[in-house]
Amino acid sequence: MTITPAHFIGLAFIIFAIGFLVVVVRKNAIAILMGVELMLNAVNLILLAFNRIHGTMELDGQVFAIFVIAVAAAEAVVGLALILAVYRSLGTVSIDDLSALKG
Amino acid sequence: MGGWIYTIAFYVCAALLVASALGVLLLRNLFHAGLSLIAALFTMAALFILLGAEFVAGIQVLIYVGAIAVLILFAVMLTQRIAEEKVKRYTRALLPGLAVALALVIVMILVTTGLTGYGFTPFATEDTVGDIGKALLSTYVLPLEVISLLLLGALVGAIVLARKEEEK
Repeated sequence: MTITPAHFIGLAFIIFAIGFLVVVVRKNAIAILMGVELMLNAVNLILLAFNRIHGTMELDGQVFAIFVIAVAAAEAVVGLALILAVYRSLGTVSIDDLSALKG
Repeated sequence: MGGWIYTIAFYVCAALLVASALGVLLLRNLFHAGLSLIAALFTMAALFILLGAEFVAGIQVLIYVGAIAVLILFAVMLTQRIAEEKVKRYTRALLPGLAVALALVIVMILVTTGLTGYGFTPFATEDTVGDIGKALLSTYVLPLEVISLLLLGALVGAIVLARKEEEK
């Protein structure tokens, strides 16, 4: 049984679903950031797989994956700084306790 | 793209990746979840190599494993008490979250079955790294500059946010 790009795409979908579940379900804000990283990685895998399906004269998929990684780095830095600021002022990073904006 | 070695490598990497991603979801200790995330990012780099994207795999290891994962582990150590094992892992959204994730998987399986007819196309050149560099500095030069601005903004923002409040 040979491996096709569809195998990679299916695997990426599974990882995306797991990352989504981490974001929705885990209580700790840092765990939620980990879930976001998993989802971004799954998207990178899909981009690279589609880059192999279509003509590989251009490496658009790989270039786009590099941009995604750069944006992910910026997102992680700002997100963790925000979480640390919240922790300093409230003493917790549990999502259930951060309800000051609840309507 | 052939060979049974390739097939075995794919399935081993896929199993490791799913297992370590599930570790991020299930592990009670957040530090262990972070280590599991590092394992997932490494196996993802291996899958990138299987797709012929060596440069992206190198970037993945350098930036994700070298920088982002270490940053996340630092944040875990700064905000967690080590003895904090009794805390609940999940919010009240557990069941709705599971339902939505299941629906997501079903839809995506339906999408994926439509793609099974496509095979790998070979690369036009051997020098993919050189081609990526040329593309970044010709076709994609504007996004590249915007990304550098974004990174500068993120850097300044993180410093402002993480700085200690000055004593009045």
